[in-house]
Amino acid sequence: MVAIDSPRTTTTDLRRRIASVPPAYWVLGILLLIIPAFASDFVMFQIMGWTFILGLIALSLMFLGGYGGMVSLAQMAFAGFAGYMVAIFGDSAISGISQGWPWWIVIPLALFLTVIFATAVGWLAVRTEGIYTIMITLAIAAAFFYFTRQNYELFNGFQGFNSVLPPELFGIDWRGPEAFYYLTMFWAVTGFGAVLYVSRAPFGLALQGVRDNPRRMAALGYNVTAHRVAAYAFAAVIAGIGGILLTWQSAQISPGTVGIQSAIDILVIAVIGGLRHPIGAFIGAFIFVLLKTFAVDVLIALGLGGERFQLLIGMGFLIIVFFSPDGLLGLWEKLKASRRRDPLTGGQR
Amino acid sequence: MSVSATNISDRMAATGTANALELRGVSKMFGALEALGDIDMTVKPGERRAVLGSNGAGKTTLFNCITGDFPPTTGSIRFFGEDVTGFPAQERIRRGLRRTYQISLLFTGLSVIDNIYLACRGVSRGRFSLLRPRRNDALMQSAEDLVRVVHLDDVRDTMVSNLSYGQQRQLEIAMALSGAPRFILFDEPAAGLSPTERRELVDILTGLPGHVGFIIIEHDMDVALRVSDRVTMMHNGRIFKEGKPAEIEEDPEVQALYLGGGHG
Repeated sequence: MVAIDSPRTTTTDLRRRIASVPPAYWVLGILLLIIPAFASDFVMFQIMGWTFILGLIALSLMFLGGYGGMVSLAQMAFAGFAGYMVAIFGDSAISGISQGWPWWIVIPLALFLTVIFATAVGWLAVRTEGIYTIMITLAIAAAFFYFTRQNYELFNGFQGFNSVLPPELFGIDWRGPEAFYYLTMFWAVTGFGAVLYVSRAPFGLALQGVRDNPRRMAALGYNVTAHRVAAYAFAAVIAGIGGILLTWQSAQISPGTVGIQSAIDILVIAVIGGLRHPIGAFIGAFIFVLLKTFAVDVLIALGLGGERFQLLIGMGFLIIVFFSPDGLLGLWEKLKASRRRDPLTGGQR
Repeated sequence: MSVSATNISDRMAATGTANALELRGVSKMFGALEALGDIDMTVKPGERRAVLGSNGAGKTTLFNCITGDFPPTTGSIRFFGEDVTGFPAQERIRRGLRRTYQISLLFTGLSVIDNIYLACRGVSRGRFSLLRPRRNDALMQSAEDLVRVVHLDDVRDTMVSNLSYGQQRQLEIAMALSGAPRFILFDEPAAGLSPTERRELVDILTGLPGHVGFIIIEHDMDVALRVSDRVTMMHNGRIFKEGKPAEIEEDPEVQALYLGGGHG
């Protein structure tokens, strides 16, 4: 009886699960799959690839900030650390340092070491709250930047590592625009799905509980500190994957990648998109990449100096934060709510 | 009005011989201010005790010392025979002690069911699980049951920040009932509730399983005396009277001080 029943239940379960996916996800999913059919190599590799990578790193910040209430500026340092580990243990042009180990050892090892690094940082940072968490993680990011710049034995100092390439798996050049697009998209979607899934699992729920009311969480039998540290470890896996992809995209890793400017860029991306939902990280990354890529052209077309593109990003950031502290997602929610409201009575339509 | 004596002894027999709660010489100083002084208190398993007293009498401080939110300055606290004086809050929770808070301390960014689920999960394994609970998960089931017990079925998926005050109080109680409690401390559970909600509260409290004892701090005499077996009166951080609800109600000193003379 049970044996006959169970497959049918699984099918209906699966069907119900598929039906519960919002239509917007279907549209977005199909769009992402067919973009390579009409987009140029530049759009695939530079715009979309970079969006997915920065989105992943910002997603790790969204997880900590949005669900855990901990704003960490060290996420870029974790990403860069993973990139450095891939360069040090794998292949690069700096053959004096790079070990040239096979990718299936190097990538898990890099991620493992990144998690250890992030756990140590988290263990320090969770003892602080609010602005002090930002300060301590900024200090760690800055320290890591200067360390990589001054250490020549392991991190090759100012120069860093070049020719850090992805492995040629299945005979595909993973740095080819189309292959790289799908590679980064796969990890972006996986990271997004993982964060969304975990947000409803006991670990994610407990993290949100810690965000809302740490004292009550302790009174319910939770170890608040351990949960926060574990969140750093989880977020580091996502940041680490983003960091490895970033290193492959530019085929190099150097102190410039993990500079304070980049650390702040990640915060800007997460805030522009909105910390409320994992999709915000990717929306923010897309806008950031568009601005970073095209702001110069726009400014020159307007007869202004192209070097002022940071000003444009800064102004955009200011406007978004000013009108909606929840980023573009918050703005969207507000718009939806106001459209539902009757303009005359103020009641729900 | 109060539960009969045989009923109490039945409940006691069900839970062993050690006292549920035993406070010896507990005091709490905040700087030079003595919030609690030399409290001796024994509560039997399954007993329902009301702690009454004016504002500032030290009732909530007493709760904080029992739960470990603040450690007492002197004295010892035993919970079911075990000395828990030096234990952190979460260790006491894991031994079956629960409390509600006077001001709701809820997870406002989560839904009702998630709040209760977190409370159920807190005293079980798998607090770090990365896997979502299945529909037929035992903890999920007990969370669903508690939603019904406190009549919050209609707002099961509503974010707690959107609940009414009364609903938030109900949720506080559901969270205290989660995960097989042995003893619960209720800190003014009826404050701010409507008459209907108060009646529901009394039903919930009197309907608790027999082995679950509690202490209730309550300004509403009607609620406090209806749900309790014994009453402890506190004044200026000290206990000054203890007895059955009927005795306390008729005590002239108590009437003069707290019940305004004509309280029925």
